[in-house]
Amino acid sequence: MSTLLGNLYIGLTLASIFLLVGLGLTFTFGQMGVINMAHGEFIMAGAYVPFVLQTTVFASLQGVALLVALPVAFAVAGLLGLVLERLLLRRMYGRPLDTLLVTFGVSLLLQQAAKDLFSANNKDVVTPTFLRGQWNVLGVSMTHARLFVLLLVAVALAGVWVFLTRLPAGRRMRAVMQNRDLAAVSGLPTARVDATTFFLDSGLAGLAGVAVALIGPIGYGTGTGYILSAFLVVIVGGFGKLRGAVIAAVVLGLLNAYVEHFTSSTIGKVAVFGFVVLFLQFRPNGIVSLRTRGLTA
Amino acid sequence: MTTAQLDAPRAEVAVSPPPRRAATGRSRSWPARVALGLLAATLIALPNLLGDPASVRQWAEWLCYAMVAVGLDLAWGYGGMLALGQGLFFGLGAYAMGMHLSLKQVPKGSLPSFMSLYSDYRGLPLLWRPFSSFWFTAYAAVVVPAGLAALLGLLVFKRRIRGPFFAILTQATAVIFALILVGNLKLTSGFNGLTGFTNIFGRSKYDPGTATWLFTVAAAGLLVVLAVAMKIVNSRYGKLLQATRDSEDRVRFLGYDPAVVKTIAFSIAAAMAGLAGAIAAPVFGIVSPGQFDFLPSILMVCWVAVGGRGTLWGAVAGAIAVNWARVTVSAARPDDWQYLQGLLFVLVLAFIPGGLAGLVRSLWQRATGLRRREAPAATPASATSIEAT
Repeated sequence: MSTLLGNLYIGLTLASIFLLVGLGLTFTFGQMGVINMAHGEFIMAGAYVPFVLQTTVFASLQGVALLVALPVAFAVAGLLGLVLERLLLRRMYGRPLDTLLVTFGVSLLLQQAAKDLFSANNKDVVTPTFLRGQWNVLGVSMTHARLFVLLLVAVALAGVWVFLTRLPAGRRMRAVMQNRDLAAVSGLPTARVDATTFFLDSGLAGLAGVAVALIGPIGYGTGTGYILSAFLVVIVGGFGKLRGAVIAAVVLGLLNAYVEHFTSSTIGKVAVFGFVVLFLQFRPNGIVSLRTRGLTA
Repeated sequence: MTTAQLDAPRAEVAVSPPPRRAATGRSRSWPARVALGLLAATLIALPNLLGDPASVRQWAEWLCYAMVAVGLDLAWGYGGMLALGQGLFFGLGAYAMGMHLSLKQVPKGSLPSFMSLYSDYRGLPLLWRPFSSFWFTAYAAVVVPAGLAALLGLLVFKRRIRGPFFAILTQATAVIFALILVGNLKLTSGFNGLTGFTNIFGRSKYDPGTATWLFTVAAAGLLVVLAVAMKIVNSRYGKLLQATRDSEDRVRFLGYDPAVVKTIAFSIAAAMAGLAGAIAAPVFGIVSPGQFDFLPSILMVCWVAVGGRGTLWGAVAGAIAVNWARVTVSAARPDDWQYLQGLLFVLVLAFIPGGLAGLVRSLWQRATGLRRREAPAATPASATSIEAT
């Protein structure tokens, strides 16, 4: 029983990171048709931020460093995304498959840059003292670090929800996502909305990076481990859909954790993939899909 | 939606072969045949020109990559399916041949050396047994990838899953394949892979003649793959495939099933990758999961992009050129290759979507005068009128 609950805990934290990564991907695709393979490297950039802060400015204040790292990581990853969008991707809208390969090239560049800056060895972010303990609930030891990750994702999710549904900027974003042409003729500056979306989505990847840094060692390849699972979450959830992404992340995260527990980590991944292919047989456009009369939904 | 429609005809001009190719008849195939003959002659002469067995082996490796690239070009350049998991099919072929070669290193009936180290198997596992036969191995190396691709293709295309969705799913297959290989240490030797092929079909690995022999096999493989691909591209099916790429729905309305059209091309691409893998196994001298993971798979796509998708010669040239550059640059400045590679992919995909082949073609057209350029200039008007009806 306690192992079952323990896996629930691990599965949920995993799911929450997939979700945080997937949120960015799903909106960039839903709005701009961009498949951002460099998203994984934005996670990596975010993950290095607490490490850099802990070794330089806040060398003796590890807890403060971590908290400061959250907004800084958001900004760093967000700016990287903004530069990518401004310099390259805005020239390529309407060619989604090409953006996939271009951003892959960018991810190669960023990985090599990380190797040169931080060496190829893995680095450890020091877990601050206030996150070192654990609570035992029903025989499950809930480490504070993972609890912090869950909290972080919950706050980020709430933030995204408020942004999308309550703020004018979020409304503009949804408008462009649903019908770009109509939004443009209604006077919305679509290019600026695109840039905002890209900044925010990349920023979310940066936050995910801080979460990843709390859970394990970080290196130049940190992002690649999460990006593919996040893409599967996005596919199952339906592009550009918050609710779909949440459901998909929880289902896939738990499936992965439980199958992995009863068999092996390999079979866990295989099960997730098999599930995704099977699921798409029934709902090819994901859990939540925008209804259109167009042929290419 | 509308931006995609507006962009589509423009992208077509840049990416697809010029219309004169589409209107091909028997009379138009001679330049391709001459080119194939020239390539054959070059390949026959090359080992003597290179001389050094190490570089001959290197070239043999690149020819195998070129085979994968031709298949990929068929799927992506001509069929519009961005298959990011060709490593899976390449790897299946390579592992089939790797298993066969491993069995040939030890006396008949005994276990390959890694297996006696990692496992407590008494006899050869069932999965391995048929691979002691060369013909079964050759058959499996091509048919298993093709069959798997057909299954995956039907599952995915029948549900009209395409574009980026398909790309991500194929990418996941490559990742899972590598995971399965690493996870089954007893059967596959895990992360280390299969190696130690000192005896390659009765030839010693260290014999300088072996490299030339392997090169000949790879060259023959490439020529066969290229000839088959050309035949396909110029056939009625080939036109249907390109039509599916350009407007899947219109093909459907004409009464064809795009899912079947695409599955066939994806399957052929997988078979070509499998064949390439089988030939590549003895060339590499090692078959390990890292060679077939998602990173190599996506690199293969980038070779095709650099060479020029939608032209078979571009795919071959891209695979060879990028790998040549990789070896040359890494030898001189090991750390800089990654930057150069990333930059190359970014620049080509963002600014020259036609790749090398597209660049050569536009230069050629500019050089031969403006007469040819009048034709494409006239098409937009007619194209839009078709679009409107």
